[in-house]
Amino acid sequence: MPTSRITARFDKVKAEKRAALVAYLMAGDPDLEASFASMQALRDNGADIIEIGAPFTDPMADGPSIQRAGLRALANHTKLIDVIGLVARFRETDQDTPVILMGYANPVHSLGYASFAEAAHAAGIDGTILVDLPPEEDAELRAEYARHDLSVIRLATPTTHEARMAKVADGASGFVYFVAVNGVTGAGSADPESIAGNVEMVRRVSGLPVCVGFGVKNGAQAAEMAKIADGVVVGSAFVEHAQSAHESGDYSKAPRGMGALAGELSAAIAAVVKA
Amino acid sequence: MDLRNTWDKWPDANGRFGEFGGRYVAETLMPLILDLEKEYRAAKLDPAFKAQIDDMWAHYVGRPSPLYFAERLTEHFGGAKIYFKRDELNHTGAHKINNCLGQVLLAMRMGKTRIIAETGAGQHGVATATICARFGLKCVVFMGETDVERQKPNVFRMRLLGAEIVPVSSGTGTLKDAMNEALRDWVTNVDDTFYCIGTAAGPHPYPEMVRDFQSIIGIEARQQILEREGRLPDAVMACIGGGSNAIGLFHPFIDDEGVRLIGVEAAGHGIETGEHAAALNGGKPGILHGNRTYLLQTDDGQIVDAHSISAGLDYPGIGPEHAFLRDTGRAEYLSCTDDEALAAFQLCTQLEGIIPALEPAHAIARLGDVLDTMDKDGLLIMNLCGRGDKDVFSVAKALGFEI
Repeated sequence: MPTSRITARFDKVKAEKRAALVAYLMAGDPDLEASFASMQALRDNGADIIEIGAPFTDPMADGPSIQRAGLRALANHTKLIDVIGLVARFRETDQDTPVILMGYANPVHSLGYASFAEAAHAAGIDGTILVDLPPEEDAELRAEYARHDLSVIRLATPTTHEARMAKVADGASGFVYFVAVNGVTGAGSADPESIAGNVEMVRRVSGLPVCVGFGVKNGAQAAEMAKIADGVVVGSAFVEHAQSAHESGDYSKAPRGMGALAGELSAAIAAVVKA
Repeated sequence: MDLRNTWDKWPDANGRFGEFGGRYVAETLMPLILDLEKEYRAAKLDPAFKAQIDDMWAHYVGRPSPLYFAERLTEHFGGAKIYFKRDELNHTGAHKINNCLGQVLLAMRMGKTRIIAETGAGQHGVATATICARFGLKCVVFMGETDVERQKPNVFRMRLLGAEIVPVSSGTGTLKDAMNEALRDWVTNVDDTFYCIGTAAGPHPYPEMVRDFQSIIGIEARQQILEREGRLPDAVMACIGGGSNAIGLFHPFIDDEGVRLIGVEAAGHGIETGEHAAALNGGKPGILHGNRTYLLQTDDGQIVDAHSISAGLDYPGIGPEHAFLRDTGRAEYLSCTDDEALAAFQLCTQLEGIIPALEPAHAIARLGDVLDTMDKDGLLIMNLCGRGDKDVFSVAKALGFEI
């Protein structure tokens, strides 16, 4: 039961009185084999949930790091079905770590919502975050997801006021991804104190765990965010290890670098004891 | 479906034209576009807003633009009478300013102080920079670095007008990437910034809003042809990139059953080569830049770069209302290659003494084929949506001249 994989993970994290580490990487960057090794390294070093990026030519919500990661993945001819296949391979040896596919609507729309939902479920994907598919536009997708017990993970932002949050929460499942800053991925970081009220509001209205991301790059920032959030999302900082692997030609640098960063982040997050 | 008397309901409450359109944006922007829609509804009903636009149209833009009988082109083809709607005579040389004026006045009503825009050929950028200069607003224009290179005169114009030009190298450095970068700027500067989109595409309410501001073209043309000929035309025709000049001409004629609506897309090197910008003739429905519409894309849903000699048509998508007009059969969409457009550019210049922009040259190139399907006593209006001054360098290069 995929959704319960996410729920089970948050139950476990809560029992351990800490926040979750949610780690993002781009599938196919620097190649699919390195992505597979990186997913295992992230899991082995304390990532609680993995977000696997599906590349898109026009990532309008992403900053330079993830834009470049997507272009590298596309240069390797990474298709949506390859991303699904990567998760299927990861699932062969891991039945517990939730994997969320993150990307943009058009590749999923192109495959067809029904075909995608069926394939994603069969591969062991637990849910998706499709950045440009707001609640107003995802009814058709949600109908397909309901048949396969996939989660629609919604985004909330500092511009999401309380009245709007009810709309965002309606039909959401798994967790809510709170985007800490108005801006693109990898941009400036938010002051946790300034968004604590927003995070609390999102948690109250949605009744779901709230993971906070955008701009978190190191253990110190992650620890600060862990104080207010149920999970901390880190993306660009992981992706930069795939970039250096690509630039050096030594693809083993990707899982090594990501594993080391996950270790630092998970230790920093675990040090913040939650009530 | 009976389209007559029903068109007013599009877009519907969800911003859809049938299955096209919508609001496919990141959550950061959703509250902003919902607010924009509310503000636009209020402005539309406010006589003071309309009066302000009308005054600027008359005294600053130079509206109404003439409806001109293109006598020698008519003789050349030996068919129905050809009229040009002369929107190239507007201030800044194209139809783009109709929309910029409306959007910037709306931005000011909303208390926004910083205007951002994307541009391909530079015409929308120049028009936006012009209106911003007139009202003392900060203006930032995103332009693909390929286009910055091939549209130098317009880049300089925008700088003279006080705009900041941001060359965009992300992605493939073309118009679609400029639009991505403008959207990235908008999610970063949500409080003071208004995104002035240049074509009848993007998330709702942009396609409707741009159409409404550009509809002055068709409203004037309809009245002018009734005065000149005492009847409606048999066909109206325009080039299509995103489709703002075409929807502006078409929309006031949609309920006139006997008037054919004909759009001409850019076929670049030929649709069969894959190097073109004809989203309706060579694409399939998908989701990009806030709307569901026809797009040039791979089997995996990745966006394919468009190609056209005309930077203003060089976009892999199309406004959602055109997608709907096509699927319902109300409008027809033809295409024209780079070479055909170049020939038409010269033909119009030589026979009418009007140097057209390369964009409307695409429509001129299909005149002969369309006239062949019409009676000799028929009437056709083509929108000459821009003048060709900006294109003389690229045309000279294409024809092998050094200037």
